[in-house]
Amino acid sequence: MDINMTLIGQTIAMIVFVWFCMKFIWPPILNALEERQKQIEEGLAAADKSQEKLVEAQAQADEIVAEARQQATGILDQAHARANEIVADGKDAGVKERERQLAAAKAEIEQEANKAREELRGQVSAIAVASAEKILNREIDDKAHEDILGKLAQEI
Amino acid sequence: MAAETGHGELTTSGYIEHHLQNLQVCKDEAGAWVWNHCAGNPMAINVDSMFWSILLGLTFSFLFWRVAKKSSTGKPTKWQAFVEIVVEIVDGSVKDTFHGKSRLIAPLALTVFVWVFLMNLMDLVPVDWIPFISAEYLGIPYMKVVPTTDVNVTFGMSIAVFFLIIFYTIKNKGVGGFVAELTLHPIAPSFKGPAIIAAPFIIAFNFILESVALLAKPLSLSLRLFGNMFAGELIFILIAILGVWQLPLHFGWAVFHVLIVTLQAFIFMMLTIVYLSLASESH
Repeated sequence: MDINMTLIGQTIAMIVFVWFCMKFIWPPILNALEERQKQIEEGLAAADKSQEKLVEAQAQADEIVAEARQQATGILDQAHARANEIVADGKDAGVKERERQLAAAKAEIEQEANKAREELRGQVSAIAVASAEKILNREIDDKAHEDILGKLAQEI
Repeated sequence: MAAETGHGELTTSGYIEHHLQNLQVCKDEAGAWVWNHCAGNPMAINVDSMFWSILLGLTFSFLFWRVAKKSSTGKPTKWQAFVEIVVEIVDGSVKDTFHGKSRLIAPLALTVFVWVFLMNLMDLVPVDWIPFISAEYLGIPYMKVVPTTDVNVTFGMSIAVFFLIIFYTIKNKGVGGFVAELTLHPIAPSFKGPAIIAAPFIIAFNFILESVALLAKPLSLSLRLFGNMFAGELIFILIAILGVWQLPLHFGWAVFHVLIVTLQAFIFMMLTIVYLSLASESH
């Protein structure tokens, strides 16, 4: 327990170790620590910011979706209306066409009938004249009864 | 209880004395190096204290240097995380106490803390292990493995702190400030009127008081550490005498001693910081 040269030796050893620590240990570790602290701080800030951005983007997306939905509804309504319109138009056109064709058919039928009637009338009168001729040839004078036959043919 | 090698019969006091004996080397009157006949020789060196102290200092330096060399800002390894925790604790203590700027004080505090902690920690190695091995297999008769139970070691460190106190006082307050600190406190002498007659006496009184206060700092710093560790070591030695009963007692005292080991290292570091911050702050 005497004081001796160990004291000086220990002092020198301490100076050397402290110098070593000051030179080679403390600065790199502390730098790394501070650097990492800064990085973590920045990371947290970035995370906060991105969270904010995410909320913002979410809102934006919601807005866009709502708008799109509205647009879609509009388009659908429009399409329905247009379809109804087309159907109605088609119906109208069909009715008109039918009427037109009907009218045309009717007119044609009428015409044909008239033509046939005319023909029939001519043929009947001819037959009547021929038969009357035959009869009259035998019995009566042509001239005497011509007016009566003419009236008859007219009436048919 | 096996450490006695050729030093008479095994007695309790012999055992204790043997355990408290440093391995010493010195020059005798003829100028030749002699081992273990150095009692009272001021030029002797306690080889075991120096060996363990430097070994543990190197251990600290190497372990922390390895981390420092590879320190990165990325994901730290487990050992790096541990080292960083220690550095943060020391850095926090320094920043709380020392408000000036100094590149020296934080590394000094770290070195002192870890080094003293490691030296104290040697106390937890069962008291006979290393002395027995060195006596039986290496032929070294004495081996005191806890450097902080050597008053030379604790004084060696506190003297370095003492010179740093003086250095910082002069650096921050000038030589005049240093002298004024020693002479003008705690009683301020008056230099006006008839009271000037009393001034030299007051200054002399202040000087005695302040010198004692200044010298008490390194003295108390080293003796506190030395006393705690020496007493702890002595109790381990006494417990080791008890035979089989030493096992539970040793465990109990070791658990308690873990606290002392850490606390004393921390106190030594804290007081070093406090003394140096007092030296560099004007009050």
